Amino acid sequence: MSRLTEANVKIAHEIIARYPRPKSALIPLLHLAQEQDGWVSDEAMAHLAELVGVTPAEVRGTCTFYEMFKLHPVGTYMVNVCTNIACQLLGGEELLHHAEKTLGIRPGGTTSDGMFTLEDVECIAACTEAPCMQVNYRYGVRLSTDDFDEIIDDLRAGRTPDKLITANPGDQIPSHGTLGLTRQHLDPDKAAGIVPPEQVTENPVWLTTTKGDS
Amino acid sequence: MTATEPQADEVTDGVPVTIDGVEIMAKKGELLIAAAERHGVYIPRFCYHPRMKPVGMCRMCLVEVDTGRGPGLQPSCMLPVSDGMVVQTESDVAKKAQDGVLEFLLINHPLDCPVCDKGGECPLQDQTVAYGPGESRFVEEKRHFEKPIPISDIVYLDRERCILCDRCTRFAGDVAGDPLIHFQARGNETEVNTFPDEPFSSYFSGNTVQICPVGALTAKPYRFKARPWDLTEIASTATMDSVGSRITVQSSRNEVLRYLGVDSDPVNWGWLSDKERFSFEAWNADARLTGPLVRGDKLGNPTDSGDQLVGASWALALGKAGDALRDVDPEKVIVLGGSRMTTESQYAWAKLAKAVIGTDNVDAQLGDGPAAEVLLSLPRATIDQACAPGGTVLVVGADPKETHGALFLRLRHAAMHDGATILELNPRSSGLSQYAAQSLHALPGELGDVVGALAAGGAAGGCDADAIAAMAEALGAADAVTVVLGSGSLGEDPTVMAQAALRLAEQYPNATFLPALHRANVMGAIDAGLAPGMLPGRRRLAGSTAPDTWGSLPASAGLDAEAMLRKADAGDVEVAILLGCDPLADFPDAALAERAFNKVNHLISVDTHLNLTSTGADIVFPAAASATEVDGTFTNMEGRLSPIARKVTPPGTARPDWMIAAELAAQLADDLGFIDLDELWADFAAASPLHADLSMADIAEGGTEGVLLAGSSISRPPAPNVEMADSSDMRLIVTRKMYDAGTLLTNSPSLVELAAGASASINPAQFASLGFTDGDDVTVRSEVGSITLPVVADAGVPAGAVAIEFNQPNASAASLLDSARTVTTVSLERVS
Amino acid sequence: MATGEYVPHAPGYVDSPGTKVVSSRFGYEDSYTLDRYLATGGYEGLKKALANGPEECHGIVREGTLLGRGGAGFPAGIKWGFCPPEVWPRYLVVNGDESEPGTYKDRLLMELDPHQLIEGCLIACYAIGLSQCFLYVRGEMAIAQQRLADALNEAYEAGYVGKNILGTDFSVDIVLHWGAGAYIVGEETALIESLEGNRGMPRLKPPFFPAAVGLYGQPTIVNNVETLANLPWMLEHGAEAYKELGSETSPGTRMFAVSGHVKRPGVYEVEQGVTTYEDLIYGDDYCQGMRDGHELKMFIPGGGSAPWLFPEHVSLPLEARPVGAAGTMLGSGAIVIMDDSTDAVKACLRVVRFFARESCGKCAPCREGTSWEEKILQRILDGNGRPEDLDLLLDVADNISPGPYPVASFEAEGLDAVPFPPRQTTICPLGPSSVAPITSAIRRFRHEFEAKIGTPVEVTA
Ligand SMILES: Cc1cc2nc3c(=O)[nH]c(=O)nc-3n(C[C@H](O)[C@H](O)[C@H](O)COP(=O)(O)O)c2cc1C
Ligand code: SF4
Ligand code: FES
Repeated sequence: MSRLTEANVKIAHEIIARYPRPKSALIPLLHLAQEQDGWVSDEAMAHLAELVGVTPAEVRGTCTFYEMFKLHPVGTYMVNVCTNIACQLLGGEELLHHAEKTLGIRPGGTTSDGMFTLEDVECIAACTEAPCMQVNYRYGVRLSTDDFDEIIDDLRAGRTPDKLITANPGDQIPSHGTLGLTRQHLDPDKAAGIVPPEQVTENPVWLTTTKGDS
Repeated sequence: MTATEPQADEVTDGVPVTIDGVEIMAKKGELLIAAAERHGVYIPRFCYHPRMKPVGMCRMCLVEVDTGRGPGLQPSCMLPVSDGMVVQTESDVAKKAQDGVLEFLLINHPLDCPVCDKGGECPLQDQTVAYGPGESRFVEEKRHFEKPIPISDIVYLDRERCILCDRCTRFAGDVAGDPLIHFQARGNETEVNTFPDEPFSSYFSGNTVQICPVGALTAKPYRFKARPWDLTEIASTATMDSVGSRITVQSSRNEVLRYLGVDSDPVNWGWLSDKERFSFEAWNADARLTGPLVRGDKLGNPTDSGDQLVGASWALALGKAGDALRDVDPEKVIVLGGSRMTTESQYAWAKLAKAVIGTDNVDAQLGDGPAAEVLLSLPRATIDQACAPGGTVLVVGADPKETHGALFLRLRHAAMHDGATILELNPRSSGLSQYAAQSLHALPGELGDVVGALAAGGAAGGCDADAIAAMAEALGAADAVTVVLGSGSLGEDPTVMAQAALRLAEQYPNATFLPALHRANVMGAIDAGLAPGMLPGRRRLAGSTAPDTWGSLPASAGLDAEAMLRKADAGDVEVAILLGCDPLADFPDAALAERAFNKVNHLISVDTHLNLTSTGADIVFPAAASATEVDGTFTNMEGRLSPIARKVTPPGTARPDWMIAAELAAQLADDLGFIDLDELWADFAAASPLHADLSMADIAEGGTEGVLLAGSSISRPPAPNVEMADSSDMRLIVTRKMYDAGTLLTNSPSLVELAAGASASINPAQFASLGFTDGDDVTVRSEVGSITLPVVADAGVPAGAVAIEFNQPNASAASLLDSARTVTTVSLERVS
Repeated sequence: MATGEYVPHAPGYVDSPGTKVVSSRFGYEDSYTLDRYLATGGYEGLKKALANGPEECHGIVREGTLLGRGGAGFPAGIKWGFCPPEVWPRYLVVNGDESEPGTYKDRLLMELDPHQLIEGCLIACYAIGLSQCFLYVRGEMAIAQQRLADALNEAYEAGYVGKNILGTDFSVDIVLHWGAGAYIVGEETALIESLEGNRGMPRLKPPFFPAAVGLYGQPTIVNNVETLANLPWMLEHGAEAYKELGSETSPGTRMFAVSGHVKRPGVYEVEQGVTTYEDLIYGDDYCQGMRDGHELKMFIPGGGSAPWLFPEHVSLPLEARPVGAAGTMLGSGAIVIMDDSTDAVKACLRVVRFFARESCGKCAPCREGTSWEEKILQRILDGNGRPEDLDLLLDVADNISPGPYPVASFEAEGLDAVPFPPRQTTICPLGPSSVAPITSAIRRFRHEFEAKIGTPVEVTA
């Protein structure tokens, strides 16, 4: 949809400054673009290319490698149902079929109101809690079909579903693109300082100065 | 590779490796696949390319390797040899793995060899025929992509055929520095593609077509034109610039269809610029001259006063030319151009002009480079020396990316991968700037001052003292400096470059010079004597005696191109001869050229196509095209001789340039002394000490390396003075682009559209203070002319200057230039 | 203090009996805060390390035989020693990309005890002079990312990370980095590519062992989250105390995620080498046996990449060597239990499909071969199999990972040998991993495949 907003450009520069080489910031910046628009547009990629000093084709090469980056608008909520082996054993596929029916879409599809996009995903690291899914990367575990419907109803009604786990009780489920709700802040006064590798030629001081002396 | 690492070639201690039971001596650090190949064991491969970093992607080159801990499968393209390594390239395990890989590469590959351009020369097809499974075990649906998509103006990509070897993408990123094509998506869906609406516009795109191991990448000029088995080929040399890139010329039914780059270790490493690669189209153009033309009437009858060019017999045209030249005062004959010819033809024309007609007014350069005696007085460098790992190269007044594509790739490699330091002293930023450790932009006319300040310190030419000191320090710290010496800005008198070059030579006695002048065989022309004041073999005319075979020499040293045109403008020239050149479009003072040619009595052109100037000629002789229609040699920027070979017959009655010279001599009741190339060479070798011990056969036997000529002993002239008038106006910088409105490019259908057009670039600060916005049209006015074109802000242009590209379809900067001045100054005015 | 129960605020974690090296704080609801961390011995290991000096600190880790928990089980202390001397800077990259099917323990460690991981990173950096640390967290783990970001902000504020840590000369920045969905990025060289902003395609090693040539071409230590999470305890209690846990060759505890058809699936921290699969599957403190009315049919012993094991193998101890000798691996500690209701073809397809979807596309055998395997298996499951398909499948698998392999112990121990560890026609083991379920399932349950061939079954997906 668009280039980064001015506020996000500021954040982008902060992120870039955390890496010894600007291109390393590409994945976090793609997340930032997705947080802004819900997906990653060509304009955003071209903008990131400028910010880190590579070609848009290189940005696209990186972006398209990673599943989480969406190249087209998706629903406000990504509903990712795990069907990998542990979940498959305990009803993951059935949960997916139920989701297809409830939402009226196939995996990859988006509901006509733009609320939900359904995906059939690989292992999301909650295998003992099968069947499980993520909504915008917040877990729902040991889900019955009723649980699923409850979550969808809550979201449709603008409530935070009890059945989804958040970092702090009561945290909202942010719309698609927002991952952790907190960002790391690197206070320049407290940071050790990030420099390009070619500027480091000597061993870190502590290797020689702190040898058993404190 | 870093500077401290030994180069494979230098290593004398070998590494013993056993391959298929035979012990060989590999070079230290060499990759197994290369070591095996040097010893006659060809390991199949798709992704490996000897000029690029291996990626080990295709897995075709798997072999069984035992380094002491039992045999294991290893990709031989990623594995450096090690002492005592035992390798099985054909064991059951290796074969099974290779067959398996081949099958994997084929399962999704379309079986459309009969309609694929690569069919017949496709490693994948060859491998399959040789070892592949008889029938496919893959019964599933193949992967589908939209059929060939254009990824640039020249190149098409068929993703279904692509085997994802990373060659094109590695070339684009690592070699050309244009990462505009890239892998996209992942796994089984991976594809090569561009960013939407950002095509693979690279000057070097054609190389990807050549190195694609399958038919996924195709180039417009060749698509569907021929089948590989219909092609025959011959080794030759590219003649679009002075790199002398080695090529293979391929043709079918007397039509040249394709050039392929040949890997010449000291020269082009197999790479070509698209201009070198695709401009052969011009040789096949309908506009080729097929017979002589003379003045005539509308009905096509030759008449002395006709206003048309009409076809004529060779006898008639030669007769008329003979009449024009007979009994004329030799001083009133001028000969311009000749850098597109073979060195042999250059010699023939030099001899005709100097020994038969008796004029030294010959110049293969058109006012856009330092004089021959300046160039020849400088110690010469090779491309390898300029690109030496860890070396220091000073680029002065040159933009190799625009004018010497293959050299640019070598320099870029040196800087990016071999630790070389590039320093740049250019009027404005260039294609090398992003790889340069430091770039200084001297204001037009003040280059010599900046060079002087490198020794004397202080600010000069618009560059501040610190920057000059930094460059001086870098130059001082280098063991050896190679100067890549270009033609400079066309907005400057050539003496500016000459002064800078001579000062550099004086200040840095160890510096060597690689001339990167515009025009293809310009160094051949100089070596052959096709330059004012020079004789064949890098000798001054003054003080020399005539070569035995020559009889006589001109009475005095002649004029350079600019002086010749001034003489003509003064009404003092009877006959002007153009050797494959177009001064009206190409001389950096269009108004002078126009006045000059209006005043000469007889204008004779020898060319492959008609152009702006020759359209006004009285007599036009059709020439055979160098590179494909004549035999001979090319002399590159280093002074390296390599063969040019005749592959097809010239159209109509077009003849090699040297033959036309010989026939004109006959018209003048003289004899050049040779009727074939062998005799010509013997005559040349007798006249040129430099070529004395060589034969054309020696040059052909030089293989891809050709034969490098020794230097010259011309004494260094004093650095000329440069007169700069004070002016507060903006100074004009005029640079060359790879694609312009030159004769051959406009006759190459695939390239003609690529000339991007000229714009007036100025420094952003000045741009803002003048109140321009991007894309505004401005009229740029000098004392002699004006042009209108878009204006852009460009941080690569120094304040106080305007940079405009030369000879573009939308505007001719030549009409602004006043060659009487050291620099041309201009004013800018927005067009409302 | 073990409850022997599920911990409600840590879904999946079961607080089993025994010493807890890495999950000791999971029982606290506020386990992830700095306050709780400090109240429970947090940053004591770091202080000890600083007091001992870098070399001694490295020595403790070497002495304690801290085996990598990312899958390969390589001793961390030895890996650290591979950094070429006098090449600076060196980097630490924390592998928190956990995506192996069946695996999750790093996620819990990041969500529930982020400071422990941070302290582990600091100790590693201190010991071998790593001047910057990148914490690469899997993209889909939003909560882990948030908890780590919070924890890092707190730790910076309190002076545990950053400039002059705890008033010493030791300074290091830890930068939190999120992935974006690609299993292959868990492979250490692909992780480095990804961290450089590139497509996560593995580099060939050699020559690029990250410890020598890694991030930006510099020496780089890649360690798993759980590996590093062990360091605070080890430094605080010493190598000897650490070695008292577990077996001689595999000291310490490990986190095992047991999923599938057991009564109480969960993540358990148990001592390595002394506990067996049987203990975990059937023990009352652990999974409490198979679901009622069902028998064990097969199990994945160490993540989706591992060849399967069968009921006769349950007595194997949870230790890399014996499990390796059985022709498979302990890998990432992910155990997936399948009972007799499981369709072997379907299970096989599901695991293969994972590798096909996650192939990076670099090597032809993996890019083309894994999808081909998936297509054949899908066809068989759909009832369109052909008799020749099984041999074809095995041969395609063989071309990705040529076998069989002469593992001496197989015959002697009467074990069902499968090709492992894989010989590779590829750069990394992802493609060859797809071979594990195929050879496991076909060797053991060929009849199930044959039964499907030509017999249409109901298609579910
Ligand atoms: C395909 C593949 C996926 C991997 N995924 C992970 C992973 O998600 N997390 C992890 O820690 N190691 C993973 N590894 C192992 C890493 O390459 C590496 O060995 C490990 O991070 C080293 O850490 P350790 O020595 O602390 O175990 C994977 C390896 C492969 C081949
Ligand atoms: S297009 Fe050709 S050169 Fe490029 S990756 Fe595909 S097969 Fe290789
Ligand atoms: S040629 Fe070696 S892997 Fe492709």
